[in-house]
Amino acid sequence: MSQVSTMPKPRRNVELALLLLALVVGIGANMLVGVDQEKAFDSDFWFQSSLLAIAALAFHAVLRFRAKYADPVILPIAVALNGLGLAMIHRLDPPGGDTGNNQLRWTLLAMAVSIAVVFFLKDHRILRRFTFISLAASALLLIMPLVPGIGAGEILGAQVWIKVGSMTFQPGEVAKITLAIFFAGYLSSNRDLILLAGRKIGPMQFPRFKDMGPMITAWLVSIGVLVFQRDLGSSLLFFGLFIVMIYVATSRISWVVIGVALIIGGGFVAAQVFSHVQQRIYGWLNAFSPDVYENGSRQVIEGLFGMANGGLVGTGLAQGRPDLVPFANSDMIIASLGEELGLIGLFAIVLLYLMFFTRGFRAALGTRDSFGKLLACGLSFAVALQCFVVIGGVTRLIPLTGLTTPFLAAGGSSLLANWIIVGLLLMISHAARGPVDTTPLPPAGTAAATGIDTPTEAVKQA
Amino acid sequence: MNQAIRHSWVAAVAMFALIFGAISYVQVVGADDLKTNPLNQRAILQNYCNDRGAIIVGGTPVAESVDTGSETCKFQRTYAQPELYAGITGYFSKNYGATGLEQAMGAELAGNSDQLFLDRVGQLFLGNQPKGASVELTIDPQIQQLAYSLIPDGQRGSIVVSNPKTGAILAMASKPSYNPNLVATQDPAAEGANMNELVKVPGINLNQNVSGPTGELLAPGSVFKLVDTAAALASGKYNKDSVLPNPAEMPFDGIQYKLPNYAGGNCYTRDTASFAFALQQSCNTPFASIALDLGRNAIADQAKKFGFGEDVGDQLKLGHALGNGFPDNLDKPGLAQSAIGQKDVRVTPLQVNMMTSAIANGGAQMAPTLVKTLRSPDLRVIDEPKPAQLRTSTTPDIAKQITEWMTSVVTDGIAKSAAVPGVQVAGKTGTAELGNGLNNSWFTGFAPADNPKVSVTIVMEGVDIYAGAKLTSPNAKKIFEAVLNK
Repeated sequence: MSQVSTMPKPRRNVELALLLLALVVGIGANMLVGVDQEKAFDSDFWFQSSLLAIAALAFHAVLRFRAKYADPVILPIAVALNGLGLAMIHRLDPPGGDTGNNQLRWTLLAMAVSIAVVFFLKDHRILRRFTFISLAASALLLIMPLVPGIGAGEILGAQVWIKVGSMTFQPGEVAKITLAIFFAGYLSSNRDLILLAGRKIGPMQFPRFKDMGPMITAWLVSIGVLVFQRDLGSSLLFFGLFIVMIYVATSRISWVVIGVALIIGGGFVAAQVFSHVQQRIYGWLNAFSPDVYENGSRQVIEGLFGMANGGLVGTGLAQGRPDLVPFANSDMIIASLGEELGLIGLFAIVLLYLMFFTRGFRAALGTRDSFGKLLACGLSFAVALQCFVVIGGVTRLIPLTGLTTPFLAAGGSSLLANWIIVGLLLMISHAARGPVDTTPLPPAGTAAATGIDTPTEAVKQA
Repeated sequence: MNQAIRHSWVAAVAMFALIFGAISYVQVVGADDLKTNPLNQRAILQNYCNDRGAIIVGGTPVAESVDTGSETCKFQRTYAQPELYAGITGYFSKNYGATGLEQAMGAELAGNSDQLFLDRVGQLFLGNQPKGASVELTIDPQIQQLAYSLIPDGQRGSIVVSNPKTGAILAMASKPSYNPNLVATQDPAAEGANMNELVKVPGINLNQNVSGPTGELLAPGSVFKLVDTAAALASGKYNKDSVLPNPAEMPFDGIQYKLPNYAGGNCYTRDTASFAFALQQSCNTPFASIALDLGRNAIADQAKKFGFGEDVGDQLKLGHALGNGFPDNLDKPGLAQSAIGQKDVRVTPLQVNMMTSAIANGGAQMAPTLVKTLRSPDLRVIDEPKPAQLRTSTTPDIAKQITEWMTSVVTDGIAKSAAVPGVQVAGKTGTAELGNGLNNSWFTGFAPADNPKVSVTIVMEGVDIYAGAKLTSPNAKKIFEAVLNK
């Protein structure tokens, strides 16, 4: 390893400063949206603000003694985005509405779970032991919405929710983490085999057919999600996640070629066979025709009108009419923020995402075990891809899908999943940036690690 | 492996580059297309319920947005003296759009104009309620009220009062008028019903471009003789001492028609006339003979220099008609009739006032101005149009000569009832025959003649000769007195 820095630095004070800035952004936005209704500084505001601040600072405190070398930028970005989302959801609440408070409750729960991940998971490599449990969990999570009695049935054309008491929960959000853990565990164990065997066709080395098993599995999972849950976005997300992880594991571009070919092939067949996919694509291409507007594209078009209305500098928080857009606080929250904060504000938000996943990739580069590399890279790419699918859908770059906007959109499952990702990335970055830990993992049962990780440099492609 | 991680990062950044591009397209590059898309109701809805800037006359709003406390639509556009100012403000309606200054100054009133960019940036950071700029008019509320009251209810007519030296419009009134509150209501059912009633009222055209002082095109009658006079003096063929032929009737070769002088006046007493006499008594044949002598183009050029059929400059803001100036392809009887402001000559009351003001101002025609100041929501002046000369209508010498003759029209001629004790008033009347025994009766003039402060143009439409005489010159006197005594 060619580490330049001699002594690892915790940088916890940097994190604290950035965290205070993030809280100022989130709480300041929440104050602004209440100014007109004269509830800018009422007791609710102070109560909500202090809860958010306490949770963020508690997280920071836990990092100080549990993962003091963790990346100092990840947590502040997540808090800033979450705070902005809370403010916008609060702003869009009709009088007497409770979505804002509900989102705050979920935020606190999600942060608590994330703190627990950091607190109890002393080393991310332990997750490798759960490779196949993760696979089973993923399957369970993905099947749950389809099971009568547990599943919440078809909502808005997709079958991705389950009932938890009076609330609904989207298990697919959590499945992207369990799938990433499974892929990371499986690929880090089998990459040598996949790497060495294979046949060279032209400049590219293609894998043996029997090594294609996991790829086929992932593809089937994605198609299954598309067919049975009617969820185009998640389908894309899972498949993209797997392509990236297998590419990183093998450094072979051939996997990407095969993967993209499968996506295009699957997408083409799906568009021929399934009417809901056809409708999506037709509605996307002809969104501005009045017929399509009335029967489906209204949401996207109203969002575009809102963003156009915001223009360069935006209307100002609470000054626009994002309430004219259906699902303004969830699927379309990017359009709401674009309208009121303008191009400048939305660019800032997208840049926050960019920094967030970049820090995740940085952790992947820095950590020394291939499982951690794969997991950090997969999770970071998943967040980036999710942002692309959501924001691309809202801006009509691609067809709109039902994926949630990480940290911003109203919805508990999405918050929970993304805060768990924050916890995992923090742990991996702690390992990446900290002093080299040479102590082997404590032995643990049958699913123990399959051996000491090979140093990364040794497998790096020439 | 690290190389592949870097490549994955590049792929993710590439996706984000697409996102940045898509956002830029939606919010900036293609934003105007989206805003004008027929499916987009936002612009109207948003402006409609926002705190739009006020239109202010003499420190008091005549159109303002009132906070209704409603959650769904916070502000209601309200007109304080609706009929008095309807011709200027127009209306601001959800379904019928905007007219008048509401339309012409729409971007400023809504706060969308470029001049308000910094205010919008400020609102972004402070989270203030967006407000539009307020528009303060040059109108004098007392003169406006007086002018409006001088047109009897049921009478169709217009009055324009302005300052000839600056072009500032002090009053611009017309009847019949209407109540813009009726179509600005937030109740869509009432809005539609009221509109249906309004369009049935005879004489009301809610489009500011074709009615009222700035929009209605009328035959000017004898006030057009001022154009002939200016053209004659400018040609060099005539001077202040010229003797003009003044037959009782002007015959034309080959046709029966003869152009007469007005039978009821004093023109018949002389076969020839000086300019002073011809203007004082408003004899027709002397001016018809000037036009036949100089030719159509000389009259048309002078009409153009006075602004007939021409641009009024960009300071008026209000929608306005221009007319076609002096007609083309005229035979001799047609030229003779056109020279006395009959046949197809059509002008707006504002244009007659602009001609009068040009004479009053030594031949320099000022751009008519209706907006005095434009103020940002924090009352900072962001625009204050300066008096601007629109064109040179005639020479100072000619203007001075015409002024002298117009003064004699009031002292010795047929506009005696416009005289104000102690003040020299210059004036000219006009009676354009409509062919049904009724006339459009005009007065246009200014005072004081030696140092003009106000020019007044009055037209009463469809009146007989007695009512016309009663409603024009005597009313001009009242307006002169009101302005000069301020």
